[in-house]
Amino acid sequence: MTLRKALDNLGLALALAVLVSPALLFFLWMLSLSLKYEIDNTAYPPVFIPTRFAWENYVNVFQSNAFGLFFLNSIVVTGLSTLAAIAVGVPAGYGIARMKAVKASVVVLISRMTPGLSYLIPLFLLFQFLGLMGTLWPQVITHLVLTVPIVIWVMIGFFEATPMELEEAAFVDGANRWQIFWHVALPIARPGITVGFILAFINSWSNFIFGVVLAGRSTRTLPVAVYNMLTFEQVSWGPLAAAALIVTLPVLLLTVFAQRQIIAGLTAGAVK
Amino acid sequence: LSSVAAGNATAGAAQGAKAEGRPAGFLRVSEPVRVYWPFAAPAVVVVTAVIAFPWLFTLWMSLQEWRVGSARSFVGLDNYARLLSDPRLLDALWHTLVYTALAVVLPLLFGLVAALAFHRRFPLRGLVRGIFILPMMATPVAIALIWTMMFHPQLGVLNYLLSLVGIPPQAWVFDPRTVIPSLVLVETWHWTPLVMLIVLGGLAALPTEPYESALIDGATRWQTFRYLTLPMVAPFLMVAAIIRTIDALKAFDIIYAITQGGPGTASETINIYLYSVAFAYYDIGYGSAIAVVFFALIVALSLVLLHLRQRTKWIEVGAAA
Repeated sequence: MTLRKALDNLGLALALAVLVSPALLFFLWMLSLSLKYEIDNTAYPPVFIPTRFAWENYVNVFQSNAFGLFFLNSIVVTGLSTLAAIAVGVPAGYGIARMKAVKASVVVLISRMTPGLSYLIPLFLLFQFLGLMGTLWPQVITHLVLTVPIVIWVMIGFFEATPMELEEAAFVDGANRWQIFWHVALPIARPGITVGFILAFINSWSNFIFGVVLAGRSTRTLPVAVYNMLTFEQVSWGPLAAAALIVTLPVLLLTVFAQRQIIAGLTAGAVK
Repeated sequence: LSSVAAGNATAGAAQGAKAEGRPAGFLRVSEPVRVYWPFAAPAVVVVTAVIAFPWLFTLWMSLQEWRVGSARSFVGLDNYARLLSDPRLLDALWHTLVYTALAVVLPLLFGLVAALAFHRRFPLRGLVRGIFILPMMATPVAIALIWTMMFHPQLGVLNYLLSLVGIPPQAWVFDPRTVIPSLVLVETWHWTPLVMLIVLGGLAALPTEPYESALIDGATRWQTFRYLTLPMVAPFLMVAAIIRTIDALKAFDIIYAITQGGPGTASETINIYLYSVAFAYYDIGYGSAIAVVFFALIVALSLVLLHLRQRTKWIEVGAAA
């Protein structure tokens, strides 16, 4: 019996090792590439752990490009589109949940099924017509396509799960609907808002397709900037890998520290 | 990245209906709709502006002959007729279907296995699961760049790893014959965690009684999996399959960043071709027609999957981009 149990645990450990190693090794390799000098990166057989670390790869990324500007662009685009999504999406989730207008979620589904490019053609023409190209506004507005449905979706689920008794009590005490929302429903839904914020933030931060079409030379977000480094500039692997790591580090850290909330948000309803 | 939130509506509605002795006027049947509309109004405006308007505009443009910089003229369904005789589009359609089939089946398979493993209890489970889901959270362009380096025929680490087990070097994304499987490898690596999370959620929700009786009846592990677990998680696998299908059909970032549809057009999917037509050739009318047909294809394939299993309700799939 104990032998069987030991074998069982060994099997599980092996299975987990096989399952997790592609993710683990990939990110370690990414880190390794970003910390090696060109001579180590082009060595064969590959050097896994270098004897000297090329910390200047990270310095180079910021010095040889307008990377600081692109970082700022990303923060503005993602920050504004996520905050705007919270501002309109949280009350909407509340309204939809209380109206029991579950069918509204079909809009969310359709927005998921629509290829990003089919939003882009009309919006691109519209932004040109309005003379907004060259500013960050086209990207901020287009990112709402991603962030608003996510926030609405997460919030519908959270508000439906919150008990109505407190709201009823507030109603009896003479509060109006707005006061009930602001002082009763909203504080309870704070964890939900966190989940919505995180998911919207990650989606917007990683978005590439909108930026490829809408970003100009000075309005690039980080994913577009990294892509341009790859295709248009002859850069050695070290700084490229360092740039890639810088781009994705914020969302990876968010994943590590907010794993519980992210999983809750991603699987909220599928589990019901 | 996707979210698999599903309507908790039924639970909420049931709760609401059960509650007796509600204060007068709090939620009369006719009232909620009117009273709560103002909360949804701003979102309705935004959704109309950035989602509904582009849709109607795309439909309208698909009936026009229109290149940026030249005059626009109404051509009826000509753009749609042109689709049928466009060999590059038909090629792209084939690539899209092959890519999608592989990029749905493989993550589903590995995701199911991973979910079964993560459903067990073991030390450091949270940490291990955290590492496992990192790929799906990572920025696609950033990981595409690293994969491009790993695919490098001479210096790439993948060919080195193959050489360790005696497999000759491959050209990966640089050979028309292996480019799509190589991209599917990246897609599988990227999205298996999402399938795992969906199925893991399903496993957590399973009742324990059937397992207890199976244990008493002396069922083997395989029997328990085959006749208990698999049928019970099937609806969740189906949700995952539909989400994967939608996402794989729409795949853009990784393909574009690694191959731009190449070599030649060997990995050009509909989405990549659509990008070229609309934003490289600026053929807006034709691009819009492709977009409409592409969307129809996505909806059609999702509906087919849905009908394979009626138990999966639309609302369960409801998922935010």
